[in-house]
Amino acid sequence: MSNQNYEPVFDENELKTVQYHISKYPKPMAAVMPVLWMIQNKYGWISTDAMKYVGDLLGLPHDHVLGVATFYTMYFKKPMGRHHLQICTNVSCMLRGGYDIFDHVSGKLNIRNKEITDDKMFSIEEVECLGSCGTAPMLQVNNREYYENLTVESVDKLIEDLRNR
Amino acid sequence: MEKIILKDIPNLDKIDVYISNGGYTGLKKALTGMTPDQVIEEVKKSGLKGRGGACFSTGMKWSFMPKGNEKPKFLCCNGDESEPGSFKDREIFEKNPQQFIEGSLIAAYAMGIGAIYVYIRGEYWKWINIMEEAVADAYKKGMIGKNIMGTGFSCEMYVHMGAGAYICGEETSLMNSLEGKRGYPRFKPPFPAVNGVWGNPTTINNIETLANVPEIINKGGEWFSKIGDPRQPGTLLFGVSGDVNKPGVYELPTGIPLIELINDHCGGVIGGKEIKMVIPGGSSMPPLNREEALKVRMDNESLKEIGSYIGTAGVIVMAEGTDVVNVIRRVTKFYYHESCGQCTPCREGCGWMLKVLNRIMDGKGRMSDLDLLISIAENIEGNTICALGDAAAWPVKWAVRKFRKDFEAKITDKTIELPVLNKVHGLMKSPDEYDTITLQSEQEVVKELMGNVQELTQSDDVKRFSS
Ligand SMILES: Cc1cc2nc3c(=O)[nH]c(=O)nc-3n(C[C@H](O)[C@H](O)[C@H](O)COP(=O)(O)O)c2cc1C
Ligand code: SF4
Ligand code: FES
Repeated sequence: MSNQNYEPVFDENELKTVQYHISKYPKPMAAVMPVLWMIQNKYGWISTDAMKYVGDLLGLPHDHVLGVATFYTMYFKKPMGRHHLQICTNVSCMLRGGYDIFDHVSGKLNIRNKEITDDKMFSIEEVECLGSCGTAPMLQVNNREYYENLTVESVDKLIEDLRNR
Repeated sequence: MEKIILKDIPNLDKIDVYISNGGYTGLKKALTGMTPDQVIEEVKKSGLKGRGGACFSTGMKWSFMPKGNEKPKFLCCNGDESEPGSFKDREIFEKNPQQFIEGSLIAAYAMGIGAIYVYIRGEYWKWINIMEEAVADAYKKGMIGKNIMGTGFSCEMYVHMGAGAYICGEETSLMNSLEGKRGYPRFKPPFPAVNGVWGNPTTINNIETLANVPEIINKGGEWFSKIGDPRQPGTLLFGVSGDVNKPGVYELPTGIPLIELINDHCGGVIGGKEIKMVIPGGSSMPPLNREEALKVRMDNESLKEIGSYIGTAGVIVMAEGTDVVNVIRRVTKFYYHESCGQCTPCREGCGWMLKVLNRIMDGKGRMSDLDLLISIAENIEGNTICALGDAAAWPVKWAVRKFRKDFEAKITDKTIELPVLNKVHGLMKSPDEYDTITLQSEQEVVKELMGNVQELTQSDDVKRFSS
């Protein structure tokens, strides 16, 4: 799987956004995180070519971008499922059944941590506390939406809803 | 009790509602009627201490910033909020974002700062959008930008999105991350006030800290200093989670008895059970046992007296029946995952502690593991660049000390499977016909079968450990 790749290109508008990000900081290097986010939002994950592309856009050595992209866990260095389920199992969630939710989803989709279903529809990841401990257990979908106060039933329903989306 | 931040005003997140309820009068008062030094004096007088974990005097921190404008100066607002058990800053973003913005502008004025960066963890996508909108609204009203309220004071404000790294909440790591680097903490000194982001004088404050500032300016430092415990005045946004009936964020004065917080505000422990353990201020803080939890008051000084800290006031309550060893194992897994890897004691030590805790959980622990855990923890503590090392060491060290019986029980009360015995004796039944017997310890099994001949030695320990 890891030999997958794509050729990233930004259109004119996107390049303007890159310029805007650069303008927010005293040095262009600081734009690397927002621009990596732009890449991931557009392509779903960040390929090696994309890292080189970002480096060229910001005038940074390629290995610097690689270093940044690999340091932060939310940047995906390989394709994920269309719905990436990030299930918190840290203490507050664990006390409220976070592992039960994780095991249930893992069993239901028949994949383990960081794996993708054959139809590429779902992937799962055990994540650390997402700042939602008062509404535990919880999960996040595709780095974005929070689903809180989960039960086995509500998570089943969520998976069905996502499947039909 | 009157609330300072999470006020009961509907739609307070809308800038018009905020302004019609007295919003931005604090900023106006500061800009038109006070010198920067007077603002800092007022904040000092209030006794406000940082809400990001270290509980350092805010006015004092601001006064460390150099005067004059030889170099640009920066304010970084710390909304990384990744400490397990903490979920309070998110509540401010959602319910009262303008008050935080106003507070950071007052701070910027007091320190002569021209640009503010709000660093928010990447997972808070929803709240980042809320904040970007709130900042845009404030720009439109002329509260941020050039010549604010016609006073000649100018300040820009930007929202910066993180990408999943607990360590970026540490202030020097946050600065590196903001600069577009890996989030490695920096050695101190030099301190941020001297050499911070892009080499310029920088102050880092937590979101909740800054959200307190407008009311301090409006009503005076003296008013603030009389709320709650005088040693750490004001209110705290207690984020209570775990085994309580009504988890959530509660804004209450400092110094409130923990048991009152749990029983009167959070509806008590689930199922009316007894308390087993409480983590008082986010997972880094030394945990409390039942006796301590029943008597302690929730402010930094009271917690210090019993060897813990208020941290981020993220309270995790655990009821009787909770597997303490498993909780500590999970906490340690977190720190192992989040260690940035720069310092050997933190990087390796977290891994060692996790391995030992895993083997105890797997029923393969031995009594010497408990002292081993404390020894690893003490070798991490104080020997690292940043405080993540301490944060990883404290829960382990103090849980082993305070809940030693629980750890011992995990080690001794275990079922030892017969195949283990078979290995010793070479008596193999058929592979799927495993009998199990329960004995007090592996040592006892060995004694039972082989007489007293085979003491498990320290070197065995090391061998097992490294395998
Ligand atoms: C490992 C680590 C993680 C931290 N995470 C946060 C955080 O998420 N939010 C925060 O405000 N402070 C965090 N801090 C504390 C900051 O370093 C800093 O003390 C704080 O933001 C200062 O703000 P204050 O003076 O207003 O409390 C963390 C510290 C360490 C050592
Ligand atoms: S203590 Fe840990 S997290 Fe902090 S700098 Fe050292 S290795 Fe990194
Ligand atoms: S522990 Fe799961 S969100 Fe905090």
